[in-house]
Amino acid sequence: MAILVGNDTRVVVQGVTGREGGFHTEQMLEYGTKVVAGVTPGRGGSVASGVPVFDSVLQAVAETGANTSIIFVPPPFAGDAICEAADAGVALVICITEGLPTNDVIKAVRFTGERGTRLIGPNCPGAMTPGQAKVGIMPADIFREGKVGVVSRSGTLTYEVVNLLTVANLGVSTCVGIGGDPVIGTTFTDVLDLFREDPDTAVVILIGEIGGSDEEAAAEMMRATGYRKPVVAYISGRSAPPGKRMGHAGAIISGNTGTPQSKVRAFAAAGAPVGETLNEVVQIVGGLLGAPRGVGVPS
Amino acid sequence: MKLYEFQAKEVFAQHGIPVPRGQVATTPDEAAAAAEKLGRVVVKAQVHVGGRGKAGGIRLAGSSVEAREHAEAMLGKPLKGLIVNHVLIEEALDIKLEYYLAVTIDRTRKTAVMMASAMGGIDIEEVATSHPDKIVKLGIDPAYGPMDYQLRWLIMEAGFDTAAGRGIAAIARKIYEIMIDADASLVEINPLVVTVSGTVIAADGKFDVDDNALFRQPELAKLREDSEEDPLEAEAHRRGATYVHLDGDIGIIGNGAGLVMTTLDLVTRAGGRPANFLDIGGGARAESVKEAIDIVLLDPNVKGILFNIFGGITRGDEVAKGILAGTKDMQRQVPIVVRMEGTRAEEGRKLLEGTHLTSAAGPIEAAQKIIELTR
Repeated sequence: MAILVGNDTRVVVQGVTGREGGFHTEQMLEYGTKVVAGVTPGRGGSVASGVPVFDSVLQAVAETGANTSIIFVPPPFAGDAICEAADAGVALVICITEGLPTNDVIKAVRFTGERGTRLIGPNCPGAMTPGQAKVGIMPADIFREGKVGVVSRSGTLTYEVVNLLTVANLGVSTCVGIGGDPVIGTTFTDVLDLFREDPDTAVVILIGEIGGSDEEAAAEMMRATGYRKPVVAYISGRSAPPGKRMGHAGAIISGNTGTPQSKVRAFAAAGAPVGETLNEVVQIVGGLLGAPRGVGVPS
Repeated sequence: MKLYEFQAKEVFAQHGIPVPRGQVATTPDEAAAAAEKLGRVVVKAQVHVGGRGKAGGIRLAGSSVEAREHAEAMLGKPLKGLIVNHVLIEEALDIKLEYYLAVTIDRTRKTAVMMASAMGGIDIEEVATSHPDKIVKLGIDPAYGPMDYQLRWLIMEAGFDTAAGRGIAAIARKIYEIMIDADASLVEINPLVVTVSGTVIAADGKFDVDDNALFRQPELAKLREDSEEDPLEAEAHRRGATYVHLDGDIGIIGNGAGLVMTTLDLVTRAGGRPANFLDIGGGARAESVKEAIDIVLLDPNVKGILFNIFGGITRGDEVAKGILAGTKDMQRQVPIVVRMEGTRAEEGRKLLEGTHLTSAAGPIEAAQKIIELTR
């Protein structure tokens, strides 16, 4: 399998009886993802969106062998849901929910880390390996299978770049949305580490944005470890004024931290090209993969 | 959400952190009355800007007459572009030492971090640039909170006065408590003052609340409206929109924070100036799209609107219906360019065909078109 999600992925949906949870459960099933269970406390024994519902993740795991959780429960309860999944032995927890208090995320990151569970998100679109599994909310029909790994802090920009890849006759190995919050479980560095060992990935597209220093940390890791796979980066929010939170809770330039200049410089120092636009990113990737000439990328 | 200094100090006092005696005033009369009671005072403008002192927003007053004059000079007037609605009248301290103490979120460590510096009273960003070695940081394990020995280490490393150490440690513990109990993303005391008589006291206070946690902080949530400084942002947030006011003339609406940010970048790159950031979010209905147009047009500088939509859970036809409804009874006519891709985009584009709206095949083309139309 590419990375994180694939044919072996067995999904339990936390918050399966909610509007979003239900809709996306059906979408994931339609794509062929093995969604094996749902969890809503108090609704155990019923069936929702075609999957059996349990009262707890522990029961769901025991009955169905689920190894991956996707979370749609509302923000006040999502931190607890992450911890419940980790305690039930789920190896990978993907939290789609947006709006978790940062204190809850800090606690959940500590809790999952102690139990060896990987957390992706919160406030992310999920992860998808085209042709194998979609554990997320991305529109599946824009994806093609291919060799480009995608990791991004933004959902819609991920769709934008995947669409451009498809138009350019290129495809995706695995696409990972890590989320737009200030504190997140899995970072750019973590995902680049996974792509490094993945034979199905030849090039990585990294979509960063203003705020924090996760991009700088990833670039520094690439430089320090002599990262071999080509990485093409893009930084969103280059025209954003300092001190303003641009939609994502984590997208804010505070003082000297989180500026686009610092991020672009870091990638340049690591030898990773940074595209000025997503079209340019895809053109660079096409060049690296030796894409046939004359393939048009609309502007 | 940012609290004003006087609000932050109320929270400090509730948690047992020593603060100067003081009173908030909204009129010169109130300021004079407060000074009458307090004696020698400092008059402090309550606005969310750094470098308040240098800009004339902190003034010493030896008498109530002087306090009234200072309050009169500040109230209702702009300080670094922001109107001053409150002044804080506070007893003047006999300052011996000025320190810096704060707790905030460390995104890299993924924990809270406590920061201490003996270079208090100046903007911490300046210290970080000129003397990064003068800031000591302590990562805090969320499972245990700060431990006594760690706080002793922090105080020692920062080079704080030994005699004041115990008082400072107690305050450090309390600001962490506030961060957890009140869901703060920043609690900062700068300066933390050691007075001539040896008392440790929070002479200033900064307090940022995690917006995501306001649902469980009803007392703080009440202060929200008051904390908004930009009237357009205040109105947009009241209507539930994710909106940031900028200083250009092209209104920007899109779905998803990253996509909207990138749209601003593309417009800027093509020589235009965005008037705002507005994210309609995922799965927006026609009604909220119509509302988005209304909000963007509240800004009198807006000469045109660019829609950039890449539908995932957002449906193109739904957005198109919203645009049509919004333009039908628009407060004033401005050109609109729509770029639409993704879920049900084709249906959406069909709905917009034959109207006065301009369509664009991609975001770069869309940016160029709206710039041409608003020139």
